[in-house]
Amino acid sequence: MDFTLSKEQQMARQLFRDFAVKEVEPLAREIDEEHRFPDETVEKMHKYGFMGIPFSKEYGGQGCDTLTYVLAVEELSRVCGTTGVIVSAHTSLAAGAIDSKGTAEQKEKYLRALNTDKLGAFALTEPDAGTDAGSQRTTAVSDGDEYVLNGSKIFITNAGPADIYVVFAMTDASQGTRGISAFIVEKGRPGFDFGLAEKKMGIHGSSTRELIFTDCRIPRENLLGREGKGFGLAMGTLDGGRIGIAAQAVGIAQGALDKTIAYVKERKQFGRAISKFQNTQFQLANMATEIESARYLTYLAAEKKDTGERYSYEAAMAKLKASRTANYVSSLAVQLHGGYGYIQDYDVERMMRDAKITEIYEGTSEVMQMVISGSLLG
Amino acid sequence: MKIIVCIKQVPDTNEVRINPETGTLMREGVPSIMNPDDKAALEAALRIKDASGARVIGLSMGPRQAEDVLREALAMGADECYLLTDRAFGGADTWATSSTLAAAIKQIGCDLVLTGRQAIDGDTAQVGPGIAEHLGMPNLSYAEDIRIDGSDVIVRQQYDDSIYTVRAAMPALVTVLSELNEPRYMTPGGIFDAYREKELTVWGRDDIEIEDENIGLKGSPTRVAKSFPKSVKAPGMTINEGADESVQFIVDKLKEKYIL
Repeated sequence: MDFTLSKEQQMARQLFRDFAVKEVEPLAREIDEEHRFPDETVEKMHKYGFMGIPFSKEYGGQGCDTLTYVLAVEELSRVCGTTGVIVSAHTSLAAGAIDSKGTAEQKEKYLRALNTDKLGAFALTEPDAGTDAGSQRTTAVSDGDEYVLNGSKIFITNAGPADIYVVFAMTDASQGTRGISAFIVEKGRPGFDFGLAEKKMGIHGSSTRELIFTDCRIPRENLLGREGKGFGLAMGTLDGGRIGIAAQAVGIAQGALDKTIAYVKERKQFGRAISKFQNTQFQLANMATEIESARYLTYLAAEKKDTGERYSYEAAMAKLKASRTANYVSSLAVQLHGGYGYIQDYDVERMMRDAKITEIYEGTSEVMQMVISGSLLG
Repeated sequence: MKIIVCIKQVPDTNEVRINPETGTLMREGVPSIMNPDDKAALEAALRIKDASGARVIGLSMGPRQAEDVLREALAMGADECYLLTDRAFGGADTWATSSTLAAAIKQIGCDLVLTGRQAIDGDTAQVGPGIAEHLGMPNLSYAEDIRIDGSDVIVRQQYDDSIYTVRAAMPALVTVLSELNEPRYMTPGGIFDAYREKELTVWGRDDIEIEDENIGLKGSPTRVAKSFPKSVKAPGMTINEGADESVQFIVDKLKEKYIL
């Protein structure tokens, strides 16, 4: 078994790290405090190909693999969890869904745009359809060459700044989950509006808004995949998304450990650096061990996806483990910073707030346990 | 148009420590990077390529691991690279280095050679001009702006006290300051192409037409008599007083040290 990154992946990781430190970290605190979406960072990430890492060059992607994409999300999240989720929701969910079930024409039009200069979002969740994603209330009624969308979506990451949305809706409510279909909807289409932005506990720079559809007409050619096959597409896409969120969680945890190591070497109590105390040393050892195990589970899931094997079991484990680790590590990081850890001048406070969502979105930890145990029990 | 960019792999001097006992560099664990002036030269070449089309070729002499900076050059957008690596090239001073690079450039052929002004590990600023001498090309040093005009290159040269704008017929050699530009990032896809699709040619001693007396340690007239770390100077003082008081302060200090 070989856990060594290839030369390409090592160089790519260095690139992501350099970019994160030079371009992303200087903005991290500011966008958190101001709840500001970092448009300028997204523009740079498009320019340097960070927004299309695992997709084919045929459609303007970078032609790399899932593991390289994971390295990008991890390194970005290490300094800014917000930037990590912007890339992850865009890549794994919006572009991932179109890459997986789009026609050649749809990929040429939308995947190319997402890879090069447009931002994507994925709209499944509704007020009454969270973990129970099958209970969709949004409807899409076929009308000639068009579908007419009505309903609303909530908690949609990248909503607002995003240009291209993958939206799920009921085309036949009598069929239950087999009546759900997916559509590609562009911002600006009449009848497609945004609700208020959510005020969140963390990832303040990311945009999370409601989508409202009122007799929104979209052309039939924007149906993504077959009619009635939307639920399967959503679940399959979320399997991929979980690898991205696991990578985000690993990055947040690593960032919190980085800050803590620097802090405990500087901070003096009782006449010596607190790194000299065994409690500090043991806590750091625990944090690093948890991060490393979460990281390799995440890389394993990415590798399975790249080799074309089934990976929902590994992706669920990676997300469960990594999101727990992000919360455990960032909370300990705050604890080891003492009073300073609780104030906003030290980044671990932000990292602890950012960590929590990784246990919730793209499938809660409990859903991950359902997926894993489902696989065990058959 | 063909542009050759000379690129050196150097230790990241921000991370280098000097062994206080031996006075030598402690290179262990120090990351290697593309020399910053050379990276600016590469960026300048890539901008010419973006604007008007050019084939950009990276060239380096060094140990086998110098391949890493050439892969980086390919990932940034260079079209192909050459690495000159052989024990026979080892121990080269600026004469032997510039002779060897010049011989390779002659064999590859090009319209324009771009080099960094100097490397952060040697700081001689001699290799670029040396190459131009060996090839009989015009040498335009310290470029802070480069433009191509037909078969000429127009360079704004930055000197300590003045700026010169000069025009030269190509082929020519230009040495570039890191202030010239902000080098682009690599792209992930560029990195994959650099390893999987683009060509990196490795040349040894026998691939280059050059006399033995001009290469490696034997071809290097420079002898290092002694190397030592610079002693640490005491920190200076800032006096925020009027002119008369400040002058008096300086005079007093100089008297105190028996200089006056």
